[in-house]
Amino acid sequence: MKTCGATPGGPSLDGIDVTTQTIIQGVVLKVGDDGVPNGTLVANAHVRLLDRDGEFTAELPTNLQGQFRFFAAPGVWTLVVQAPGARVEQQVTAAQGVPADLVISL
Amino acid sequence: MSRETSLVSADWVAENINNPKVVIVEVDEDTTLYQQGHIENAITFHWRDDLQDGLIRDLISKEKFEALLSKSGISNDSTVILYGGNNNWFATYAFWYFKVYGHQDVRLLDGGRKRWELDARALVTEVPTRTATRYVAKERDNSIRAYRDEVIAAIGTLNIVDVRSPAEFSGELAAPAHLPQEQGQIKGHIPTAKNIPWSKAANEDGTFKSDTELKELYVGAGVDLAKDTIAYCRIGERSAFSWFVLHELLGVANVKNYDGSWTEYGSLVGVPVAVGA
Repeated sequence: MKTCGATPGGPSLDGIDVTTQTIIQGVVLKVGDDGVPNGTLVANAHVRLLDRDGEFTAELPTNLQGQFRFFAAPGVWTLVVQAPGARVEQQVTAAQGVPADLVISL
Repeated sequence: MSRETSLVSADWVAENINNPKVVIVEVDEDTTLYQQGHIENAITFHWRDDLQDGLIRDLISKEKFEALLSKSGISNDSTVILYGGNNNWFATYAFWYFKVYGHQDVRLLDGGRKRWELDARALVTEVPTRTATRYVAKERDNSIRAYRDEVIAAIGTLNIVDVRSPAEFSGELAAPAHLPQEQGQIKGHIPTAKNIPWSKAANEDGTFKSDTELKELYVGAGVDLAKDTIAYCRIGERSAFSWFVLHELLGVANVKNYDGSWTEYGSLVGVPVAVGA
C-alpha cells in the first residue's frame, strides 16, 4: 500500500472538540494501473479498525466522498480496508488532540 | 434453531428476490446506506426511528410493531430475510426483535451487506412498493430478553458474556471506536463477565464461523453452555448478534440479550463494576 503526499482528506472536523478525542480518519482512493492513486474516491469501502492485539474494534463503510472516521484511544491501531477485489492493511499511531488523517490507496 | 433455519446464503437471496413469500429487509447502523443502494426488492427499517420507542427507553410496543410490519407488507407467514452492514450488527438486533414478538420464519443473509458487496452483486436504488397487510404479533417473549435485576443476580452465578471490544471491556474506551467517546456512564464491565467480542464469531467477510469454531470460542473462554447465559454490550445490538450465535446457530437454550446493556448498567447507582482485562 502507498500513501501519497496529497493533503489528507478525512471528513471535516468542524464541531468536534478534537482536544478531547483521539481521532483516526482519512479518505480511500483508487490506485490506477500505474500504481499511483488516481484521485478516484472509493465510496462504500469497508474500513475495519483493529486494536494492538489485532482484535476487531469497529467497522465502517466509507461515505460517498470515500471518507471514514474513528474515535479511538491513544496507541497503535491497524486499519483493514476492503472493496471488491482489493484489501489493504495500514498501521496508524493515534494520539489525543492530534487527529491522524490518512490517505489510503486501494 | 439451527444454521439451516436461521441463515441463508447470498445465492439463496439472489434466487428468491422475486419470491412473493419472501420479504427482504435491510437494517443498518449507517442508515444512509439503503438510499445509496440495496438488494433489489429490499425494504428498510431504521433502527432508531422504527425500532425504538422514542419517548421511553424500550422496544416499540406490540401495537407499533404490528403497525410497522403491516405497513411494510409483511405477513405472519412471510419469510423475512434481514441483512445489513458491519457483520449484520443491526440486522441481528432486528432478528432478535422479530423473535421477541414471535415471528415464525426470520433469517439472516450470511455475511450481510459486506459479503454481498465484496461479491460485487447488484445493488439498486428503486424502493419497492408493498401491499399493506394486517400483521398480528405475539406478546413479548421475555425468555430471550434480560432485565437489569436479573443481570445483577447473575453475577458470579450464571454466564455473563460481555461482547464489546477488549478496549471497552477494560475501561479504556467508553463506546465503539467509530463513535465519540464522551458518554454519561462510567467505564468498565460487569464483574465475572467473560469478554468474548461479538466480532470473533464472524469471518473477515462478515459470514459466521463454523459451528465447531463458534462452540470452541465460547467454551474456550469459560462459558458453561449448561448454564443460563446473559449477553450484553453497550446498547444491546452487538449482544443481539452474540445471542443469535448462541441461541440460533448453536441452539443453546436459555440465552438472553440484556438490551439495557452498559448504557444502563454503567449508570446504575451502587452496582459492582470491574475494570481491566
